[in-house]
Amino acid sequence: MAEASVILDRVSVAYGPTAALRDVSVVFPKGAVGLLGPNGAGKSTMLKALLGFIPPKAGRLEVLGLNVADRPLEVRSRLGYMPENDGHIPGMNAVTFVAYCGQLSGLPKSDAMQRAHEVLYYVGLGEARYRNVEEYSTGMKQRIKLAQALVHDPALLFLDEPTNGMDPKGRDEMLELVRDLAHNKGVDLILSSHLLPDVEYTCDHVIVLDKGAVATSGSIEQLKGPTGRVLEVRVKGDLAPFVAALVAAGMECRETDEDVMRVTVKGPLGAVGDDQRRICAEAMKLGVQVRHLRTSVPTLEDVFARAIGEL
Amino acid sequence: MSPIHDQTYRHYGGERRPLGRAWGVISSTGIRSSLARKWFLALLVCAWIPFVVRTVHIYAVTMYPAAGQMLPVDVRMFMQFVEQQGIFIFFVTVFVGSGLIANDRRANALQIYLSKPLLRMEYIGGKLAVLCTFLTFITLVPALLLLAMQVMFAGNFDFLRANLHVVPAIILACLIRVIVSALAMMALSSLSKSTRFVAILYTGAIFFTDSMFVFLAFVTGATRVAWVSVSGNIENITDVMFRQTPRYETPLVVSILVLLGLVAVSISVLERRVRGVEIVA
Repeated sequence: MAEASVILDRVSVAYGPTAALRDVSVVFPKGAVGLLGPNGAGKSTMLKALLGFIPPKAGRLEVLGLNVADRPLEVRSRLGYMPENDGHIPGMNAVTFVAYCGQLSGLPKSDAMQRAHEVLYYVGLGEARYRNVEEYSTGMKQRIKLAQALVHDPALLFLDEPTNGMDPKGRDEMLELVRDLAHNKGVDLILSSHLLPDVEYTCDHVIVLDKGAVATSGSIEQLKGPTGRVLEVRVKGDLAPFVAALVAAGMECRETDEDVMRVTVKGPLGAVGDDQRRICAEAMKLGVQVRHLRTSVPTLEDVFARAIGEL
Repeated sequence: MSPIHDQTYRHYGGERRPLGRAWGVISSTGIRSSLARKWFLALLVCAWIPFVVRTVHIYAVTMYPAAGQMLPVDVRMFMQFVEQQGIFIFFVTVFVGSGLIANDRRANALQIYLSKPLLRMEYIGGKLAVLCTFLTFITLVPALLLLAMQVMFAGNFDFLRANLHVVPAIILACLIRVIVSALAMMALSSLSKSTRFVAILYTGAIFFTDSMFVFLAFVTGATRVAWVSVSGNIENITDVMFRQTPRYETPLVVSILVLLGLVAVSISVLERRVRGVEIVA
């Protein structure tokens, strides 16, 4: 197995009586790792526990080989954290704010200022670096949060929903930055998101959380690989018995937002068109019209849906 | 052809400071940002006017000893000076202190601060240092300078020799005021995201406890109830430190316990409120 950046060993975290993480054991390999899960799955809680914001009720957290409970300052000196919510130091312009964050992370004043300029250019705020952060748009605030997380050159970056509230162009640019950091600049990162395309585009590995537990984990290619052949199906007629018949025939069905159903066919691949013929046969038996039937490829969405039990 | 300036991400190869110094960054930045405000500078200048007046007073008494019969330069004068600075302590505390944590809470800055390699104690210490620096600058510094002026104008140490207790009394009386005011304001500042609300809360707390004391003293006809007033307790302790007859009947130990309680409550509030994540039960 690849070297680990983060290890959680039987970690439980609770907010009062509410359990947020339940006996979680997972290893984050180095590189870009996506932390996926629906809202309330425990993604942000996991990051905050790794930062030492929330002490776990039980278990052991290790970041870059350091125990978070024993050496929180050393852990945080090697981490960069981009929080989900807007956050800045009031009354500062962008370059002062980022340099201040660099100083807080242990950089000498002059180095912090130089790094602040460089990092602001890198995230695309070079021209706006003397503006007060409070005047920034949502997209710019996301970028400056990334800049403050990067200024001290962390070995590991925690990105909590980095594309929240960004327009499509800004979102693409942010994802490019994240991808560049992970794949070209050698910065290990954990990207927490509920947006599957974001994770699929930027990360190599994924860990899916659901209801405070790890639902599945592994490399994206590996997880997408052996799930079966995927077909997109749209029918006219009574859907429920048709789905039941497909499930009884050993297939997995998942409805999507786009009026089509994704059907995963498992088992050995037969002759060309076998899967389509089996689906049509079930439809004919029930008098359902097949309006759309075409092969697709397994996506992270299929992996995610299976992991959290939507299939 | 290589670009003039490579605007890409580069790894940092320089030195890093040892951990545990972030409080100094917080305090120096806080002090600089406060000093950047003209109104605050004006307030600081005003806070030194009593020092100038007292210096003239000491000079006049030294040059014309007869003036000392009406306005003597004695231990009581130094005590009065320290007490007189109370009004400036109030304004500086409200001006600087009310936003110290409240502004960070409003801007969600606590999660930024505490994701850096610094302890919550360092954050609180850094913020506290901002307020304590200014409060010390308008209490302890002018009070000790005033004592130095007395020695300088008199040209001897006779007054100091005769009243050796005045030095620790000045230091302790000032530090009590600085610490109690700063910690109470920091605790209040951590309770809200609104600077204005914090300022009103602090003002209300000071005036309410003072009014309560006046009312209770009127009803009971005794000053034993001075312990309900923060200022009353500080004055009570100050009287004892300067070896003056206590102006209130409240036992010294009660005043000390009340102030210690206030400090303990403030620290407890700060401990609960300054966190990287806010847990709403």
